[in-house]
Amino acid sequence: MADTAPLLEVDGIETCYGLSQVLFGMSLSIRVGEMVALMGRNGMGKTTTIRSIMGMTSARAGSIRFGGQEVRSLPSYRIAKLGIGLVPEGRQIFPNLTVYENLVAASGNRAGNADPWSIEKIHALFPRLAERGTNMGVTLSGGEQQMLAIGRALMTNPNC
Amino acid sequence: MVALLKELRKEVTIVLVEHDMEAVFALADRITVLVYGRVIASDVPDAIRRHEEVKRAYLGEQHVVVSHG
Repeated sequence: MADTAPLLEVDGIETCYGLSQVLFGMSLSIRVGEMVALMGRNGMGKTTTIRSIMGMTSARAGSIRFGGQEVRSLPSYRIAKLGIGLVPEGRQIFPNLTVYENLVAASGNRAGNADPWSIEKIHALFPRLAERGTNMGVTLSGGEQQMLAIGRALMTNPNC
Repeated sequence: MVALLKELRKEVTIVLVEHDMEAVFALADRITVLVYGRVIASDVPDAIRRHEEVKRAYLGEQHVVVSHG
């Protein structure tokens, strides 16, 4: 946490959906261990900022650096592998996988974190997910889905 | 959810999009405010709370006026 260089640095990005431009020079910087909130009414660009960072809707200008590496034009899976976990809007649980399968499908410790998140640690954090391990994603309540979405992101062991 | 995020923040760096203002102000080290795709403010919660443009654009200046009678 003594590291003060930004972990994620969004610098002047411009993002469009077709002809409709949504972000106009959006910038954001976050250092290791920080929590930064994006605030704004509906339609102001919060979701688009997240989509741009994750490469789901790539920014057409500006720069997005993660751990010093430019990721603006990378596909989502490459960005995710670099160590950005996403707890998506609407949770996006895989409905046809079990709770356990949702957790392990994209799990890994690609950044080589010491004491990485494991299925045991997730079950300790969310005992409900252990109880429902063999249930299909589609059967979960909203609260359980949110736990699973958070657990699934942690299981990728984000680079932080 | 706030308690959970307080725990998780010890281990992970987090960008949070959340509509619950109480949660945002309780949790965030810094808050970045967007209006029509532009950043109008990016600062610590206390400064955001006092930021005139943010109050107008988001927090609802009228409520502030009403609360002062």
